[in-house]
Amino acid sequence: MALLLQYTLIYASVLLLVALGGCFSEHSGVINLGLEGIMVMGALGGALVMKYMESLPGILMLLAVMIGSILFGVVYSLLLAVAAIQFKADQTLVGTAMNLLGMAAATVFVKAMNMAENVNNVSSSIQYIEQKKAFSLLKIGKFELSWFMVIAAALLAASHIVLYKTRFGLRLMACGEHPQAADSVGINVCRMRYAGVLISGMLGGLGGIVYITAGVSEWKFENGVAGFGFLALAVMIFGQWKPKLIGIAALIFGLFRALSNVYSGFDALTALHLPSTVYNMLPYIISLVILALFSRNSRAPKAEGIPYDKGQR
Amino acid sequence: MNTKNEKKSFFERAGVQSVAASLLCIILGLLIGYLVLLCINPAGAGKAITSILKNFLYFPRPEVALEYFGSTLAKSAPLLMCTLSILFAYKVGLFNIGASGQYAVGAGLSLYLALAHGMPWYVCVIAAMIGGGVLGGIAGALKAYLNVNEVIAGIMLNWISLYSVNMLLTKVKEASTTYTAALRTNSPGALLPGAGLNHLFSDNRYVTIAIPLAILIAAGVWIVMEKTKLGFELRATGLNLNAAKYAGMKEKRNMILTMAIAGALSGLGAAFLYLSGIEQWSCAQTAVPAMGFNGIAAAFLGGLNPIGSIFSSFFIQHITSGGSYVDKMIYSSQISDLISAIIIYFCSFVLFFKACMGRAAGKGRKGGNR
Repeated sequence: MALLLQYTLIYASVLLLVALGGCFSEHSGVINLGLEGIMVMGALGGALVMKYMESLPGILMLLAVMIGSILFGVVYSLLLAVAAIQFKADQTLVGTAMNLLGMAAATVFVKAMNMAENVNNVSSSIQYIEQKKAFSLLKIGKFELSWFMVIAAALLAASHIVLYKTRFGLRLMACGEHPQAADSVGINVCRMRYAGVLISGMLGGLGGIVYITAGVSEWKFENGVAGFGFLALAVMIFGQWKPKLIGIAALIFGLFRALSNVYSGFDALTALHLPSTVYNMLPYIISLVILALFSRNSRAPKAEGIPYDKGQR
Repeated sequence: MNTKNEKKSFFERAGVQSVAASLLCIILGLLIGYLVLLCINPAGAGKAITSILKNFLYFPRPEVALEYFGSTLAKSAPLLMCTLSILFAYKVGLFNIGASGQYAVGAGLSLYLALAHGMPWYVCVIAAMIGGGVLGGIAGALKAYLNVNEVIAGIMLNWISLYSVNMLLTKVKEASTTYTAALRTNSPGALLPGAGLNHLFSDNRYVTIAIPLAILIAAGVWIVMEKTKLGFELRATGLNLNAAKYAGMKEKRNMILTMAIAGALSGLGAAFLYLSGIEQWSCAQTAVPAMGFNGIAAAFLGGLNPIGSIFSSFFIQHITSGGSYVDKMIYSSQISDLISAIIIYFCSFVLFFKACMGRAAGKGRKGGNR
């Protein structure tokens, strides 16, 4: 039970962070389908910090890893920002390209790095058994509270405040609803959209490192992040682009994802004799069902996905 | 001014612009790929990029090169089907990122029927098309009736189909490996007929009727899109959903039909690959088949034109296969995935490239009426 709680919370944190990222980007008017690629890049950034600064003490390690993944995520999200805002490119296509690029680039990079160290090591894995211990805040019995859970919760509160209580947040949302109106009162739509996409890069990158350190102590970059970026988008839609609801949605999705890790510990579930593959499919099936139920009256920002054209009023 | 100036100048023609923009994407993709190779190891970079580009020409003996040319073609045919699938959906304004899942289902059904029930090839091919079509139709119906974003639904369906197909094909896998049993020994009737084509490629037995069929289907897609009432309605739905609805077209039906056709094309692609016996499905695979995603690259590189897709699919498959000839002691074969991803990224700038070309051409002639 403690394990189920732990995994639920950690996967919920990942989904929460990434979904909040998507939320900022979409509120500014840019659909970010490249979150998956951003997560891979963020994970790579964090993993590199862990590999090359392994001697850092506890809290410094945590900070350095977070900075590493945020930096990678933000820089990578620039690819979307420049293409979608500056060049008015098709956002779906750019996002897809970023997902493929993120995975291919990370694989090529890690393989080259491993091969440079040892010619016979052609794997795309990075290990971080010892370094990972820095992320544990406290242990109660089997349950291990991770720093990341606390950080995710804090960022959830912060997102709510930023979006609804600050000038910046309200302006950001105006750019996603009606950019022409926002522009007419002197808001720089372009700058706001950059801000939205870069914040999503930051949160997406952070989500990436939390994901790869969630259950394992080694990550094979060839595998990418298995559709988690898209699950996060489903969480965002289910949460109707509102941080509070996204928090609840993330918990529900996190629970289903956690089941595939720990179902063997429950007698009631093992008695069903379902193959483990069924549990692997569960989060995707649930999200499809939930999307089918809740997309009809979607509260998506009205101008999302449409490049801003000053001449259009 | 002479009469030529009144026509569009060379660089203002849509076709020329599309080809030039695609070539620019390829050049930029290769250039960045080369820079990445240089960063990894400067000494071998030149050799690596040429072996990617040479692919089958890597083999000095012409008959061996011809045989591997056949294999590249045999893999280009399935890719072309996925490309057409994405292109077809995109014309209707839908992004069929679920091509991978439809492809997986096609592979699952065709291999299962072949290995478990010994069905002949045409039954397997039809089953693959139906399977892919149903999956595509589901995504289309979700979009049409429940307003589910087809990209997210597509990704979810990809993973669900991957896991289901793995489960299904585990029943017909080899005892000692994770791969499905070889068709050639277990169910030769399910192999696509070669119809003598294999003799043209140094007896490469993977060269089958799939290759000419794929080209015919590409031409068929072009005819349906451009010359039929159905194609016109589908394109109109893609250009303006509300206008199409107002003109009395059944926009919901069109959406579902499009996705079902797109799905059937991807499913057929899988049948073309796996029923040629060139590859076996690994039941332990944890990644969605790359074919569907490469199809996105090829579709946009081909300028979203069925005939252009034939060339772009071959090119993408050419560099993907070429990736396996790089020096494995220094580089990894994923470098060609990287190059195709970069090409897709630049494809999203195509409109911008075209605008630049149009502007440059407009400046080039005096008194341009723009």
